[in-house]
Amino acid sequence: MGVLTDPFVQNAFMQRALLAGILVAIATGVVGTLMVLRGMAFLGDALAHGVLPGIAAALLIGIPSFVGALVGAAVMIGGVAAVQRRTRLSSDVAIGLLFVGMLALGVVIVSRSSEFAGSLTEILFGEVLGVSWTSILWQAIVAVVVVCLAWTLRRPFLLMAMDPDQARVAGYPVRLLEAVLLGMIALTVVVSFRVVGTLLVFGMLLAPAGTAALVVRRVGAMMIVSAVIGSVSVYLGLLLSWYYDLAAGATVVLVAVGIFFVALVVQGFLPSRRPHPEHA
Amino acid sequence: MTTPAISAHNLTIGYGGNPVVAGITLTLAPGQWLAVVGTNGSGKSTLLRSIAGLIPTVDGRLEVLDGVPGSGSTGVAYLSQSHEQGFLLPIRAKDVVRMGRWPVRGLLRRLRREDERYVDDAMAAMGVEALADRPLGALSGGQCQRVHLAQAACRRADLLLLDEPTSGLDAASRERYLSLMDFERARGAAIVSATHDVREAARADLVLLVAERVVACGPPAEVLTASALADTFGVIISDATGPVVIDPHHEHGHQHGPGLPRVRGHAPGHDHEHGHDHDHGHHH
Repeated sequence: MGVLTDPFVQNAFMQRALLAGILVAIATGVVGTLMVLRGMAFLGDALAHGVLPGIAAALLIGIPSFVGALVGAAVMIGGVAAVQRRTRLSSDVAIGLLFVGMLALGVVIVSRSSEFAGSLTEILFGEVLGVSWTSILWQAIVAVVVVCLAWTLRRPFLLMAMDPDQARVAGYPVRLLEAVLLGMIALTVVVSFRVVGTLLVFGMLLAPAGTAALVVRRVGAMMIVSAVIGSVSVYLGLLLSWYYDLAAGATVVLVAVGIFFVALVVQGFLPSRRPHPEHA
Repeated sequence: MTTPAISAHNLTIGYGGNPVVAGITLTLAPGQWLAVVGTNGSGKSTLLRSIAGLIPTVDGRLEVLDGVPGSGSTGVAYLSQSHEQGFLLPIRAKDVVRMGRWPVRGLLRRLRREDERYVDDAMAAMGVEALADRPLGALSGGQCQRVHLAQAACRRADLLLLDEPTSGLDAASRERYLSLMDFERARGAAIVSATHDVREAARADLVLLVAERVVACGPPAEVLTASALADTFGVIISDATGPVVIDPHHEHGHQHGPGLPRVRGHAPGHDHEHGHDHDHGHHH
Protein backbone atom coordinates (compact mmCIF):
# COMPACT_ATOMS: atom_id res chain seq x y z
CA MET A 1 0.00 0.00 0.00
CA GLY A 2 2.99 2.22 0.47
CA VAL A 3 3.12 2.77 -3.26
CA LEU A 4 -0.24 4.52 -3.12
CA THR A 5 0.45 6.70 -0.07
CA ASP A 6 4.20 7.20 0.26
CA PRO A 7 4.51 10.13 -2.12
CA PHE A 8 2.00 12.04 0.01
CA VAL A 9 3.23 10.87 3.42
CA GLN A 10 6.85 11.70 2.71
CA ASN A 11 6.48 15.03 0.89
CA ALA A 12 4.85 18.14 2.33
CA PHE A 13 4.44 19.66 -1.14
CA MET A 14 2.50 16.59 -2.28
CA GLN A 15 0.19 16.94 0.73
CA ARG A 16 -0.42 20.59 -0.14
CA ALA A 17 -1.05 19.63 -3.76
CA LEU A 18 -3.57 16.97 -2.73
CA LEU A 19 -5.37 19.31 -0.34
CA ALA A 20 -5.49 22.13 -2.87
CA GLY A 21 -6.66 19.70 -5.54
CA ILE A 22 -9.49 18.35 -3.41
CA LEU A 23 -10.68 21.85 -2.49
CA VAL A 24 -10.64 22.74 -6.17
CA ALA A 25 -12.50 19.51 -6.97
CA ILE A 26 -15.24 20.44 -4.49
CA ALA A 27 -15.69 23.93 -5.93
CA THR A 28 -15.50 22.82 -9.55
CA GLY A 29 -17.80 19.86 -8.85
CA VAL A 30 -20.55 22.12 -7.54
CA VAL A 31 -20.08 24.95 -10.00
CA GLY A 32 -19.45 22.59 -12.91
CA THR A 33 -22.74 20.82 -12.18
CA LEU A 34 -24.64 24.11 -12.29
CA MET A 35 -22.79 25.02 -15.47
CA VAL A 36 -23.61 21.75 -17.18
CA LEU A 37 -27.25 21.92 -16.10
CA ARG A 38 -27.56 25.46 -17.34
CA GLY A 39 -25.86 24.67 -20.65
CA MET A 40 -23.12 27.21 -19.98
CA ALA A 41 -20.15 25.01 -20.76
CA PHE A 42 -18.83 27.22 -23.52
CA LEU A 43 -19.19 30.34 -21.41
CA GLY A 44 -17.29 28.66 -18.59
CA ASP A 45 -14.57 27.81 -21.05
CA ALA A 46 -14.32 31.41 -22.22
CA LEU A 47 -14.24 32.58 -18.62
CA ALA A 48 -11.46 30.20 -17.78
CA HIS A 49 -9.40 31.70 -20.57
CA GLY A 50 -10.46 35.28 -19.91
CA VAL A 51 -8.57 35.35 -16.63
CA LEU A 52 -5.21 34.90 -18.38
CA PRO A 53 -4.60 38.53 -19.44
CA GLY A 54 -5.75 39.66 -16.01
CA ILE A 55 -3.20 37.45 -14.31
CA ALA A 56 -0.48 38.50 -16.76
CA ALA A 57 -1.24 42.18 -16.24
CA ALA A 58 -1.22 41.69 -12.48
CA LEU A 59 2.23 40.08 -12.67
CA LEU A 60 3.44 42.95 -14.84
CA ILE A 61 2.31 45.72 -12.47
CA GLY A 62 2.98 43.74 -9.32
CA ILE A 63 -0.44 43.20 -7.74
CA PRO A 64 -1.78 39.85 -6.45
CA SER A 65 -2.56 37.59 -9.39
CA PHE A 66 -6.02 36.64 -8.14
CA VAL A 67 -7.02 40.32 -8.26
CA GLY A 68 -5.96 40.45 -11.89
CA ALA A 69 -7.74 37.16 -12.57
CA LEU A 70 -10.97 38.53 -11.08
CA VAL A 71 -10.73 41.65 -13.23
CA GLY A 72 -10.11 39.51 -16.31
CA ALA A 73 -13.11 37.32 -15.47
CA ALA A 74 -15.29 40.40 -14.94
CA VAL A 75 -14.23 41.84 -18.30
CA MET A 76 -15.00 38.51 -19.94
CA ILE A 77 -18.45 38.28 -18.32
CA GLY A 78 -19.20 41.88 -19.31
CA GLY A 79 -18.07 41.21 -22.86
CA VAL A 80 -20.16 38.07 -23.20
CA ALA A 81 -23.22 39.78 -21.70
CA ALA A 82 -22.83 42.71 -24.10
CA VAL A 83 -22.55 40.31 -27.02
CA GLN A 84 -25.62 38.37 -25.95
CA ARG A 85 -27.67 41.52 -25.51
CA ARG A 86 -26.83 42.70 -29.00
CA THR A 87 -27.67 39.58 -30.91
CA ARG A 88 -30.67 37.32 -30.63
CA LEU A 89 -28.90 34.76 -32.75
CA SER A 90 -26.37 32.29 -31.49
CA SER A 91 -23.63 34.13 -29.66
CA ASP A 92 -21.04 31.38 -29.88
CA VAL A 93 -19.02 33.11 -32.60
CA ALA A 94 -18.69 36.31 -30.61
CA ILE A 95 -17.94 34.44 -27.39
CA GLY A 96 -15.38 32.32 -29.22
CA LEU A 97 -13.66 35.43 -30.52
CA LEU A 98 -13.64 37.04 -27.09
CA PHE A 99 -12.13 33.81 -25.82
CA VAL A 100 -9.18 33.64 -28.24
CA GLY A 101 -8.80 37.40 -28.05
CA MET A 102 -8.30 37.31 -24.30
CA LEU A 103 -5.95 34.34 -24.60
CA ALA A 104 -3.86 36.14 -27.20
CA LEU A 105 -3.86 39.32 -25.14
CA GLY A 106 -2.59 37.36 -22.14
CA VAL A 107 0.25 35.83 -24.13
CA VAL A 108 1.11 39.22 -25.63
CA ILE A 109 1.24 40.85 -22.19
CA VAL A 110 3.46 38.09 -20.84
CA SER A 111 5.75 38.27 -23.88
CA ARG A 112 6.40 41.95 -23.16
CA SER A 113 8.69 40.87 -20.37
CA SER A 114 11.22 38.10 -20.85
CA GLU A 115 11.35 37.22 -17.14
CA PHE A 116 7.75 35.98 -17.33
CA ALA A 117 8.47 33.31 -19.91
CA GLY A 118 8.42 30.64 -17.21
CA SER A 119 5.33 32.13 -15.57
CA LEU A 120 3.31 31.64 -18.73
CA THR A 121 3.58 27.86 -18.50
CA GLU A 122 2.62 27.99 -14.83
CA ILE A 123 -0.40 30.19 -15.53
CA LEU A 124 -1.58 28.11 -18.45
CA PHE A 125 -0.99 24.67 -17.00
CA GLY A 126 -0.82 25.15 -13.25
CA GLU A 127 1.82 24.74 -10.60
CA VAL A 128 0.06 22.35 -8.28
CA LEU A 129 3.30 21.07 -6.80
CA GLY A 130 4.28 24.57 -5.73
CA VAL A 131 0.98 25.62 -4.26
CA SER A 132 1.23 27.81 -1.14
CA TRP A 133 -0.77 27.76 2.09
CA THR A 134 -2.18 31.16 1.16
CA SER A 135 -3.59 29.69 -2.05
CA ILE A 136 -5.04 26.78 -0.11
CA LEU A 137 -6.73 29.19 2.30
CA TRP A 138 -8.37 31.03 -0.61
CA GLN A 139 -9.38 27.75 -2.19
CA ALA A 140 -11.00 26.65 1.06
CA ILE A 141 -12.89 29.94 1.40
CA VAL A 142 -14.18 29.78 -2.18
CA ALA A 143 -15.15 26.11 -1.79
CA VAL A 144 -17.22 26.98 1.30
CA VAL A 145 -18.79 30.04 -0.35
CA VAL A 146 -19.68 28.13 -3.50
CA VAL A 147 -21.17 25.19 -1.61
CA CYS A 148 -23.26 27.52 0.61
CA LEU A 149 -24.53 29.55 -2.36
CA ALA A 150 -25.42 26.43 -4.33
CA TRP A 151 -27.28 25.02 -1.31
CA THR A 152 -29.18 28.23 -0.64
CA LEU A 153 -30.08 28.95 -4.24
CA ARG A 154 -30.68 25.37 -5.38
CA ARG A 155 -34.36 25.91 -6.16
CA PRO A 156 -34.03 28.95 -8.42
CA PHE A 157 -30.91 27.49 -10.05
CA LEU A 158 -32.73 24.28 -10.88
CA LEU A 159 -35.81 26.11 -12.11
CA MET A 160 -33.59 28.27 -14.29
CA ALA A 161 -32.00 25.16 -15.72
CA MET A 162 -35.45 23.74 -16.50
CA ASP A 163 -36.92 26.91 -17.91
CA PRO A 164 -35.72 30.46 -17.14
CA ASP A 165 -39.13 31.89 -18.01
CA GLN A 166 -40.79 29.72 -15.43
CA ALA A 167 -38.26 30.81 -12.82
CA ARG A 168 -39.07 34.41 -13.67
CA VAL A 169 -42.82 33.86 -13.38
CA ALA A 170 -42.24 32.10 -10.07
CA GLY A 171 -40.83 35.39 -8.81
CA TYR A 172 -37.10 34.68 -8.78
CA PRO A 173 -34.79 37.51 -9.89
CA VAL A 174 -33.32 35.54 -12.78
CA ARG A 175 -30.93 38.25 -13.99
CA LEU A 176 -29.41 38.65 -10.54
CA LEU A 177 -29.17 34.90 -10.05
CA GLU A 178 -27.45 34.52 -13.40
CA ALA A 179 -24.91 37.12 -12.29
CA VAL A 180 -24.40 35.21 -9.03
CA LEU A 181 -23.82 32.00 -10.96
CA LEU A 182 -21.30 33.71 -13.21
CA GLY A 183 -19.60 35.12 -10.13
CA MET A 184 -19.40 31.61 -8.65
CA ILE A 185 -17.80 30.31 -11.84
CA ALA A 186 -15.38 33.23 -11.92
CA LEU A 187 -14.33 32.77 -8.28
CA THR A 188 -13.83 29.06 -8.83
CA VAL A 189 -11.72 29.61 -11.93
CA VAL A 190 -9.64 32.26 -10.19
CA VAL A 191 -8.68 30.07 -7.23
CA SER A 192 -8.33 26.93 -9.33
CA PHE A 193 -5.88 28.14 -11.95
CA ARG A 194 -2.94 27.66 -9.60
CA VAL A 195 -3.68 23.95 -9.42
CA VAL A 196 -4.49 23.02 -12.99
CA GLY A 197 -3.85 26.22 -14.94
CA THR A 198 -6.19 28.51 -16.82
CA LEU A 199 -6.23 26.31 -19.91
CA LEU A 200 -7.09 23.16 -18.00
CA VAL A 201 -9.44 24.41 -15.27
CA PHE A 202 -12.25 24.02 -17.78
CA GLY A 203 -11.59 20.28 -17.74
CA MET A 204 -12.12 20.18 -13.98
CA LEU A 205 -15.33 22.17 -14.34
CA LEU A 206 -16.73 19.92 -17.03
CA ALA A 207 -15.39 16.38 -16.82
CA PRO A 208 -16.44 15.36 -13.27
CA ALA A 209 -19.85 17.02 -13.63
CA GLY A 210 -20.35 15.40 -17.01
CA THR A 211 -19.43 11.99 -15.59
CA ALA A 212 -21.80 12.48 -12.66
CA ALA A 213 -24.61 13.41 -15.05
CA LEU A 214 -24.21 10.00 -16.66
CA VAL A 215 -24.66 8.05 -13.46
CA VAL A 216 -27.08 9.86 -11.12
CA ARG A 217 -30.70 10.98 -11.25
CA ARG A 218 -30.69 13.84 -8.79
CA VAL A 219 -28.97 17.18 -8.95
CA GLY A 220 -27.71 17.17 -5.36
CA ALA A 221 -26.19 13.75 -5.91
CA MET A 222 -24.67 15.01 -9.14
CA MET A 223 -22.74 17.68 -7.24
CA ILE A 224 -21.48 15.24 -4.62
CA VAL A 225 -20.51 12.56 -7.13
CA SER A 226 -18.86 15.21 -9.25
CA ALA A 227 -16.76 16.47 -6.32
CA VAL A 228 -15.78 12.89 -5.46
CA ILE A 229 -14.79 12.08 -9.04
CA GLY A 230 -12.79 15.31 -9.16
CA SER A 231 -10.99 14.41 -5.93
CA VAL A 232 -10.20 10.91 -7.17
CA SER A 233 -8.84 12.45 -10.37
CA VAL A 234 -6.61 14.75 -8.33
CA TYR A 235 -5.26 11.84 -6.27
CA LEU A 236 -4.67 9.53 -9.23
CA GLY A 237 -3.27 12.36 -11.33
CA LEU A 238 -0.76 13.38 -8.64
CA LEU A 239 0.23 9.77 -8.10
CA LEU A 240 0.80 9.15 -11.81
CA SER A 241 2.74 12.37 -12.20
CA TRP A 242 4.91 11.40 -9.22
CA TYR A 243 5.90 7.98 -10.52
CA TYR A 244 6.12 8.77 -14.22
CA ASP A 245 7.40 12.34 -13.93
CA LEU A 246 4.44 13.88 -15.77
CA ALA A 247 3.08 17.43 -15.66
CA ALA A 248 0.88 17.24 -12.55
CA GLY A 249 -1.99 19.58 -13.46
CA ALA A 250 -2.37 18.15 -16.93
CA THR A 251 -2.29 14.57 -15.61
CA VAL A 252 -5.07 15.39 -13.13
CA VAL A 253 -7.25 16.80 -15.90
CA LEU A 254 -6.39 13.90 -18.17
CA VAL A 255 -7.54 11.42 -15.51
CA ALA A 256 -10.80 13.36 -15.04
CA VAL A 257 -11.48 13.41 -18.77
CA GLY A 258 -10.48 9.74 -19.02
CA ILE A 259 -12.98 8.78 -16.31
CA PHE A 260 -15.70 10.58 -18.27
CA PHE A 261 -15.04 8.65 -21.45
CA VAL A 262 -14.74 5.34 -19.61
CA ALA A 263 -18.13 6.04 -17.98
CA LEU A 264 -19.56 6.97 -21.36
CA VAL A 265 -18.36 3.73 -22.95
CA VAL A 266 -19.42 1.56 -20.00
CA GLN A 267 -22.86 3.13 -20.05
CA GLY A 268 -23.14 2.36 -23.74
CA PHE A 269 -22.72 -1.33 -22.97
CA LEU A 270 -25.15 -1.44 -20.05
CA PRO A 271 -28.82 -2.16 -20.76
CA SER A 272 -30.55 1.16 -21.27
CA ARG A 273 -32.60 2.57 -18.42
CA ARG A 274 -34.78 4.28 -20.97
CA PRO A 275 -38.09 2.41 -21.21
CA HIS A 276 -39.87 2.02 -24.49
CA PRO A 277 -41.62 5.32 -24.99
CA GLU A 278 -45.31 4.82 -24.57
CA HIS A 279 -47.71 6.30 -27.00
CA ALA A 280 -48.51 9.22 -24.71
CA MET B 1 -68.18 42.04 -7.63
CA THR B 2 -64.94 40.11 -7.36
CA THR B 3 -61.75 41.48 -8.86
CA PRO B 4 -61.11 40.04 -12.29
CA ALA B 5 -58.15 37.69 -12.74
CA ILE B 6 -57.24 39.48 -15.94
CA SER B 7 -58.43 42.80 -17.17
CA ALA B 8 -57.23 44.11 -20.53
CA HIS B 9 -58.36 47.30 -22.18
CA ASN B 10 -57.33 48.22 -25.70
CA LEU B 11 -54.16 46.25 -25.10
CA THR B 12 -51.39 46.01 -27.67
CA ILE B 13 -48.84 43.24 -27.24
CA GLY B 14 -45.62 42.58 -29.09
CA TYR B 15 -41.87 42.16 -28.94
CA GLY B 16 -39.39 44.99 -28.53
CA GLY B 17 -42.08 47.62 -29.03
CA ASN B 18 -43.22 46.06 -32.32
CA PRO B 19 -46.93 45.31 -32.07
CA VAL B 20 -48.09 41.78 -32.86
CA VAL B 21 -51.74 42.01 -31.79
CA ALA B 22 -53.56 45.27 -31.05
CA GLY B 23 -56.89 46.17 -29.54
CA ILE B 24 -57.40 43.34 -27.05
CA THR B 25 -60.17 44.14 -24.59
CA LEU B 26 -61.37 41.43 -22.27
CA THR B 27 -62.13 40.58 -18.67
CA LEU B 28 -61.55 37.16 -17.19
CA ALA B 29 -63.17 36.40 -13.85
CA PRO B 30 -61.82 33.89 -11.33
CA GLY B 31 -63.07 30.44 -12.22
CA GLN B 32 -63.17 31.23 -15.92
CA TRP B 33 -61.18 29.73 -18.75
CA LEU B 34 -59.98 31.79 -21.70
CA ALA B 35 -58.77 29.86 -24.75
CA VAL B 36 -56.55 31.86 -27.08
CA VAL B 37 -56.79 30.25 -30.49
CA GLY B 38 -54.56 30.90 -33.45
CA THR B 39 -51.79 29.54 -35.63
CA ASN B 40 -48.13 29.59 -34.74
CA GLY B 41 -46.93 33.17 -34.92
CA SER B 42 -50.45 34.53 -34.51
CA GLY B 43 -49.60 36.18 -31.20
CA LYS B 44 -51.08 33.71 -28.73
CA SER B 45 -47.79 32.92 -27.00
CA THR B 46 -47.01 36.64 -26.99
CA LEU B 47 -50.25 37.26 -25.12
CA LEU B 48 -49.44 34.57 -22.55
CA ARG B 49 -45.94 35.94 -22.05
CA SER B 50 -47.35 39.45 -21.65
CA ILE B 51 -49.81 38.28 -19.01
CA ALA B 52 -46.99 36.40 -17.25
CA GLY B 53 -44.99 39.62 -17.15
CA LEU B 54 -42.16 38.10 -19.20
CA ILE B 55 -42.37 40.79 -21.87
CA PRO B 56 -43.63 44.36 -21.49
CA THR B 57 -46.89 45.35 -23.14
CA VAL B 58 -46.69 47.79 -26.04
CA ASP B 59 -49.76 49.89 -25.37
CA GLY B 60 -53.05 49.91 -23.49
CA ARG B 61 -53.87 48.57 -20.04
CA LEU B 62 -53.31 45.08 -18.64
CA GLU B 63 -53.99 44.09 -15.05
CA VAL B 64 -53.26 40.60 -13.78
CA LEU B 65 -54.59 39.50 -10.39
CA ASP B 66 -55.18 43.17 -9.58
CA GLY B 67 -51.60 44.25 -10.25
CA VAL B 68 -49.12 44.76 -13.03
CA PRO B 69 -48.19 41.58 -14.90
CA GLY B 70 -45.41 39.70 -13.15
CA SER B 71 -46.11 41.06 -9.66
CA GLY B 72 -48.40 38.30 -8.39
CA SER B 73 -45.61 35.79 -8.56
CA THR B 74 -46.80 32.90 -6.43
CA GLY B 75 -50.36 33.28 -7.72
CA VAL B 76 -49.43 32.54 -11.31
CA ALA B 77 -48.45 29.18 -12.75
CA TYR B 78 -46.90 29.30 -16.20
CA LEU B 79 -46.40 26.36 -18.53
CA SER B 80 -44.24 27.33 -21.46
CA GLN B 81 -44.55 25.88 -24.89
CA SER B 82 -41.49 23.68 -25.10
CA HIS B 83 -39.71 21.77 -22.39
CA GLU B 84 -36.57 21.10 -24.36
CA GLN B 85 -33.21 21.39 -22.71
CA GLY B 86 -29.83 21.23 -24.32
CA PHE B 87 -28.89 18.89 -21.54
CA LEU B 88 -31.17 16.33 -19.96
CA LEU B 89 -31.47 17.20 -16.31
CA PRO B 90 -30.80 14.32 -13.94
CA ILE B 91 -34.11 14.72 -12.19
CA ARG B 92 -37.04 12.44 -11.47
CA ALA B 93 -40.55 13.12 -12.72
CA LYS B 94 -41.88 13.60 -9.21
CA ASP B 95 -39.21 16.18 -8.44
CA VAL B 96 -40.26 18.09 -11.54
CA VAL B 97 -43.83 18.21 -10.23
CA ARG B 98 -42.60 19.22 -6.77
CA MET B 99 -40.96 22.28 -8.31
CA GLY B 100 -44.46 23.62 -8.70
CA ARG B 101 -44.63 24.03 -4.91
CA TRP B 102 -41.29 25.83 -4.55
CA PRO B 103 -42.57 29.38 -5.12
CA VAL B 104 -44.95 28.85 -2.21
CA ARG B 105 -42.16 27.71 0.12
CA GLY B 106 -39.46 30.20 -0.79
CA LEU B 107 -35.80 29.36 -0.98
CA LEU B 108 -35.23 26.93 1.83
CA ARG B 109 -38.40 25.86 3.62
CA ARG B 110 -39.12 22.17 3.21
CA LEU B 111 -42.25 21.05 1.46
CA ARG B 112 -44.95 20.13 3.95
CA ARG B 113 -47.40 17.28 3.97
CA GLU B 114 -49.92 19.63 2.39
CA ASP B 115 -47.51 20.29 -0.51
CA GLU B 116 -46.89 16.60 -1.02
CA ARG B 117 -50.62 16.01 -1.12
CA TYR B 118 -51.07 18.63 -3.85
CA VAL B 119 -48.19 17.01 -5.74
CA ASP B 120 -49.74 13.55 -5.44
CA ASP B 121 -53.19 14.82 -6.40
CA ALA B 122 -51.88 16.61 -9.45
CA MET B 123 -49.88 13.57 -10.56
CA ALA B 124 -52.95 11.37 -10.13
CA ALA B 125 -55.05 13.86 -12.07
CA MET B 126 -52.65 13.69 -15.02
CA GLY B 127 -52.14 9.93 -14.63
CA VAL B 128 -48.39 10.10 -14.05
CA GLU B 129 -48.15 8.52 -10.56
CA ALA B 130 -46.48 5.45 -12.00
CA LEU B 131 -43.77 7.58 -13.59
CA ALA B 132 -42.79 9.26 -10.31
CA ASP B 133 -39.31 7.75 -10.05
CA ARG B 134 -38.47 7.80 -13.74
CA PRO B 135 -35.78 10.21 -14.82
CA LEU B 136 -37.18 13.08 -16.85
CA GLY B 137 -35.01 12.14 -19.80
CA ALA B 138 -36.62 8.70 -20.02
CA LEU B 139 -40.12 10.08 -20.57
CA SER B 140 -41.79 10.37 -23.95
CA GLY B 141 -42.95 13.78 -25.16
CA GLY B 142 -46.52 13.19 -24.04
CA GLN B 143 -45.50 11.87 -20.63
CA CYS B 144 -43.24 14.86 -20.16
CA GLN B 145 -46.08 17.22 -21.06
CA ARG B 146 -48.33 15.50 -18.49
CA VAL B 147 -45.64 15.84 -15.83
CA HIS B 148 -45.37 19.56 -16.57
CA LEU B 149 -49.14 19.93 -16.47
CA ALA B 150 -49.11 18.25 -13.06
CA GLN B 151 -46.42 20.73 -12.00
CA ALA B 152 -48.64 23.65 -13.01
CA ALA B 153 -51.65 22.08 -11.30
CA CYS B 154 -50.00 21.37 -7.95
CA ARG B 155 -49.26 25.08 -7.54
CA ARG B 156 -52.95 25.72 -6.78
CA ALA B 157 -52.46 29.01 -8.54
CA ASP B 158 -55.00 31.80 -8.89
CA LEU B 159 -54.12 32.03 -12.56
CA LEU B 160 -52.83 29.29 -14.84
CA LEU B 161 -51.11 30.29 -18.06
CA LEU B 162 -50.76 27.24 -20.31
CA ASP B 163 -49.02 27.48 -23.66
CA GLU B 164 -50.07 24.60 -25.94
CA PRO B 165 -51.04 22.36 -22.99
CA THR B 166 -52.40 19.55 -25.16
CA SER B 167 -49.46 19.24 -27.52
CA GLY B 168 -48.37 15.63 -27.66
CA LEU B 169 -51.27 14.38 -25.54
CA ASP B 170 -53.28 11.37 -26.66
CA ALA B 171 -57.07 11.21 -26.37
CA ALA B 172 -57.12 9.78 -22.85
CA SER B 173 -54.62 12.34 -21.56
CA ARG B 174 -56.59 15.11 -23.22
CA GLU B 175 -59.65 14.00 -21.27
CA ARG B 176 -57.61 14.06 -18.08
CA TYR B 177 -56.45 17.54 -18.95
CA LEU B 178 -60.03 18.73 -19.58
CA SER B 179 -61.15 17.25 -16.25
CA LEU B 180 -58.25 19.02 -14.57
CA MET B 181 -59.35 22.30 -16.13
CA ASP B 182 -62.86 21.72 -14.77
CA PHE B 183 -61.41 21.05 -11.33
CA GLU B 184 -59.22 24.15 -11.42
CA ARG B 185 -62.13 26.33 -12.48
CA ALA B 186 -64.35 24.85 -9.81
CA ARG B 187 -61.85 25.81 -7.13
CA GLY B 188 -61.81 29.36 -8.48
CA ALA B 189 -58.70 29.48 -10.62
CA ALA B 190 -58.68 31.46 -13.82
CA ILE B 191 -57.07 29.79 -16.82
CA VAL B 192 -55.61 31.11 -20.04
CA SER B 193 -54.57 28.48 -22.54
CA ALA B 194 -53.05 29.01 -25.95
CA THR B 195 -54.08 26.37 -28.42
CA HIS B 196 -54.91 25.62 -32.00
CA ASP B 197 -57.27 22.89 -30.95
CA VAL B 198 -60.78 24.11 -31.65
CA ARG B 199 -62.34 21.25 -29.69
CA GLU B 200 -60.39 22.28 -26.59
CA ALA B 201 -61.43 25.90 -27.07
CA ALA B 202 -65.08 24.81 -27.25
CA ARG B 203 -64.84 23.78 -23.58
CA ALA B 204 -63.62 27.21 -22.44
CA ASP B 205 -65.76 30.07 -21.12
CA LEU B 206 -64.20 32.64 -23.41
CA VAL B 207 -62.44 32.28 -26.72
CA LEU B 208 -60.08 34.80 -28.28
CA LEU B 209 -59.29 34.15 -31.92
CA VAL B 210 -56.04 35.80 -33.00
CA ALA B 211 -54.24 36.03 -36.34
CA GLU B 212 -51.84 38.91 -35.67
CA ARG B 213 -55.06 40.78 -34.87
CA VAL B 214 -58.16 40.04 -32.86
CA VAL B 215 -60.45 38.04 -35.14
CA ALA B 216 -63.16 37.52 -32.54
CA CYS B 217 -63.58 37.39 -28.78
CA GLY B 218 -66.48 36.00 -26.80
CA PRO B 219 -68.17 32.81 -25.64
CA PRO B 220 -67.25 29.78 -27.78
CA ALA B 221 -70.79 29.38 -29.13
CA GLU B 222 -70.61 32.84 -30.64
CA VAL B 223 -66.97 32.92 -31.64
CA LEU B 224 -66.23 29.49 -33.06
CA THR B 225 -68.02 30.01 -36.35
CA ALA B 226 -66.85 28.63 -39.65
CA SER B 227 -66.02 32.02 -41.08
CA ALA B 228 -64.17 33.21 -37.97
CA LEU B 229 -62.14 29.99 -37.90
CA ALA B 230 -61.42 30.37 -41.61
CA ASP B 231 -60.18 33.90 -40.87
CA THR B 232 -57.99 32.58 -38.06
CA PHE B 233 -56.49 29.55 -39.67
CA GLY B 234 -56.91 30.09 -43.38
CA VAL B 235 -57.95 26.50 -44.03
CA ILE B 236 -60.32 24.25 -42.15
CA ILE B 237 -61.24 20.74 -43.01
CA SER B 238 -63.81 18.64 -41.27
CA ASP B 239 -64.40 14.99 -40.72
CA ALA B 240 -67.03 12.98 -38.91
CA THR B 241 -65.96 14.23 -35.50
CA GLY B 242 -65.98 17.94 -36.20
CA PRO B 243 -63.65 20.53 -37.62
CA VAL B 244 -60.01 19.62 -37.82
CA VAL B 245 -57.74 22.53 -38.33
CA ILE B 246 -54.77 22.50 -40.62
CA ASP B 247 -52.19 24.93 -39.40
CA PRO B 248 -50.91 26.57 -42.59
CA HIS B 249 -47.61 27.28 -40.88
CA HIS B 250 -46.70 23.66 -40.63
CA GLU B 251 -48.76 21.35 -42.71
CA HIS B 252 -46.56 18.37 -43.30
CA GLY B 253 -48.30 15.65 -45.10
CA HIS B 254 -51.12 14.72 -42.76
CA GLN B 255 -54.05 13.95 -45.00
CA HIS B 256 -57.59 13.74 -43.79
CA GLY B 257 -59.14 11.83 -46.62
CA PRO B 258 -59.06 12.63 -50.30
CA GLY B 259 -60.24 15.73 -52.01
CA LEU B 260 -60.29 19.38 -51.14
CA PRO B 261 -60.85 20.56 -47.61
CA ARG B 262 -64.48 21.19 -46.81
CA VAL B 263 -65.40 24.02 -44.52
CA ARG B 264 -68.22 23.06 -42.26
CA GLY B 265 -70.00 24.63 -39.35
CA HIS B 266 -69.31 23.56 -35.84
CA ALA B 267 -71.50 23.11 -32.82
CA PRO B 268 -69.31 23.93 -29.84
CA GLY B 269 -69.81 22.51 -26.41
CA HIS B 270 -70.87 19.07 -27.56
CA ASP B 271 -68.90 16.14 -26.39
CA HIS B 272 -69.03 14.09 -29.54
CA GLU B 273 -65.64 15.31 -30.62
CA HIS B 274 -63.66 13.74 -27.83
CA GLY B 275 -63.77 10.13 -28.81
CA HIS B 276 -60.76 10.05 -31.08
CA ASP B 277 -57.33 11.40 -31.22
CA HIS B 278 -56.87 13.85 -34.05
CA ASP B 279 -53.68 15.69 -33.98
CA HIS B 280 -54.87 18.50 -36.14
CA GLY B 281 -52.31 18.59 -38.85
CA HIS B 282 -49.03 17.73 -37.27
CA HIS B 283 -48.47 14.25 -36.19
CA HIS B 284 -44.89 13.20 -35.76
